Amino acid sequence: MTTEQINTARKQDGPAPAGSPAPARKRTGGEGTVLNVFSHGILVLWALMVGVPLLWVLWSAFKDSNGILSDPWGLPTSLRWENWSNAWNEANMGQYFLNTVIVVGGSVVGTMVLGSMAAYVLARFTFPGNRFIYYLFVAGMSFPVFMLVIPLFFVLRDFPGTSLLATYHGLILVYIAYSLPFTVFFMTSFFRTLPVSVAEAAMIDGASHTRTFFQVMLPMAKPGLISIGIFNFLGQWNQYLLPMVLNQEEDKYVLTQGLAMIALQQGYENDWGALMAGMMIAMLPVLVVYAIFQRQVQSGLTAGALK
Amino acid sequence: MQHGKYRFIVGFLALPLILYGMFLISPFIQAFQISMTDWSGLSGTANFVGLDNFERLWESDDFWNALRNNVYMLVVVPVVTLGLGLFFAFMLNVGGKRRKNEVVTGVSGSKVYKFVFFFPQVISVTIVAVIWFNIYNPDPNDGMLNALLGAVGLDSLQNAWLGEKSVALWCISAVMVWGHVGFYVVLFSAAMASIPRDIYEAALLDGANRFHTFFRITLPLLWDSVQTGWVYMGIIALDAFALVQIMSVGPGGPDGATDVMPLRLYQTAFRDSQFGYASAMGIAMLVVTMTFALLTMRFARRERIEF
Repeated sequence: MTTEQINTARKQDGPAPAGSPAPARKRTGGEGTVLNVFSHGILVLWALMVGVPLLWVLWSAFKDSNGILSDPWGLPTSLRWENWSNAWNEANMGQYFLNTVIVVGGSVVGTMVLGSMAAYVLARFTFPGNRFIYYLFVAGMSFPVFMLVIPLFFVLRDFPGTSLLATYHGLILVYIAYSLPFTVFFMTSFFRTLPVSVAEAAMIDGASHTRTFFQVMLPMAKPGLISIGIFNFLGQWNQYLLPMVLNQEEDKYVLTQGLAMIALQQGYENDWGALMAGMMIAMLPVLVVYAIFQRQVQSGLTAGALK
Repeated sequence: MQHGKYRFIVGFLALPLILYGMFLISPFIQAFQISMTDWSGLSGTANFVGLDNFERLWESDDFWNALRNNVYMLVVVPVVTLGLGLFFAFMLNVGGKRRKNEVVTGVSGSKVYKFVFFFPQVISVTIVAVIWFNIYNPDPNDGMLNALLGAVGLDSLQNAWLGEKSVALWCISAVMVWGHVGFYVVLFSAAMASIPRDIYEAALLDGANRFHTFFRITLPLLWDSVQTGWVYMGIIALDAFALVQIMSVGPGGPDGATDVMPLRLYQTAFRDSQFGYASAMGIAMLVVTMTFALLTMRFARRERIEF
C-alpha cells in the first residue's frame, strides 16, 4: 500500500464504498480493537477516580452525619435539605460566601481594568522605561508568595492612616496586585495582535487616547479579557494563603478559610452534612463557570503555565 | 497623535505601578531586610543580627526534615503526574480505533474525558483537601478507602493512611497527582494536536507500533511542553502548604513525616512570632525554587525540533 492510497482514502468523506474496506483498518484492525478496549478501560477508571469523590460530596450534602461516617459509600436515604440551610446560617457559609463575592468581585474588576490599562500602554506606546516596567511586572510571576507574605502582613498592618488587615478593600488591593504580573503579561501580548489602523482611525476622528482605549480597543480585546478574567476569577475565588495571613477575623473570612476552619474543628465528628453542603456552596460558582466556559478555562489555565 | 501622550501614559500606569510596588516589590525587598533581624513582630524593635538566622536555619533539624520531605515530593510527584498526563493525552489523541479512514484518531468521547479529568484543577485546594481527608479516614468502616478495600476483600491493605508515619507523605503526594493530571492531559493534548498527522502516518507505514510512535515521535516533539510542565509541577510540589495544613495530623505529622518548608515558615512567623527567622526560611525557599528551575532548564534542554 502506498502513501498515495492512504491519502486518497483519508480524503474521502464518510464510509468507504462497500466492498473496499478502509485499507488502514484492514491492516491493523486487531491491534486497534484490543488497544481501544484497554484505552477506554484505563480512561474510565481515572474518570471514576476523579468523578466519584466529587459526586460523593454532592450526595453527602444530603445525608446526616451518621450516614456519612458509618456508610460513606451509601446513597442518601432521604434528602436532608436542612444541611444546606445549616451550612448557610449556622456554619456561617452565607457570610463567607458574601465576603468572597465582594472581595473577588472587586478584585476581578480592578484587575481587569488596571491590568489592561497598563498592558495597553506597554504594548502600544514607545517611551523611555517601557521595557523596564514590562519586565518588572513579568518578574513578579517568579516570586514565591511564601517569601512575600511576612513583609506583606506588616505592609498592611502599618498602612498609613489605617490598618488594612481583615478589610475588604485591603484584600481587594492585594489580590489585584498579585494578579497584575500574569494579567499584564497576557494582555500585553494580546494588545500587540490587534490591528493599529482602527485605533488610528479613532484618533483621527478626534477621540482622545483614553476614549480610544475604552471605546475602541477594550471592546476589541474581548476574547482576551474573557480568558484572563476567568483565570483571575478562579484563582482569586480559590485563594487560600493570602486570606489566611491577611484576613484573620472570623466575620471577614472567605469561603476557603471558612471551610478549612470547619473541617479542622470537626475532626471526625459533628455536622458533616453541613460541611458537605458548605463545600457544594463554595464549588457551585466555579462549577457553573467551568461548565459554561470549558474551553476558555482549559486554554486560559494552560496558557498560565506556559508563560 | 503625540498630543497628551505622556500624560496619558503616566495616567494609565500610575495606579497599577503603585499597587504593584507597594504589595509585591516592596515586600520582596523587605524580606531580605527582615531576614537579617531578630524581629518578633510585636514590639517595634528589630535588631540587626547579620546572617545569624541563616546559620540557625542551617543547623535546624526541623527545617532539613521539611526540606527533605519537599524534595521527596519534588522527585516523585512530577514524574508520576506528567507520566500519567502524557499517557492519557496520548490515548485520547492517538489511541483511538481507526475510523472514517483516519489513520490516527483519539478515542471517542475524548472531550468528556478531558472535561472530567480537568475538574480538580478548577476547584479550591481546600475542598480537595477536605475530600481526601475523608477518603483517608483511618476507621475501617468510616473511611472511604478502607471501606472500599474491606468490601473487595483486601482488608490486609487497610491502613491508618495519614496517621501512619511511613505512608502519610505519599498519601498527600497522591492527592497532588490526582489534582493535576487533568491539567497535563489538556496541556499535552493541545501540543499533540499541533503535530502533523503525516508524521504518524509515515511511521505507521514503516511498521511502527504505538509504543514506538510514542517514544520516537510524540515525546521528542512534545519536549518543550514537558519541560515547562516539569518546572510548574515542581514548584507546586515545593508548596503543598494547604494540603499538609488541612489534611495532616498535627499539622505536619505524624512526627514530622509530612512537614514541608511553607508550613515551617507559616508556623514560625504567625504562630511563634519569629518573623526574622521565618523570613530567612523564605529566602531559603527562593533559593531552592530558583535552583530547581535553573537545573531543570539546564538538564532538560534538547535540540529544538522544528515541524
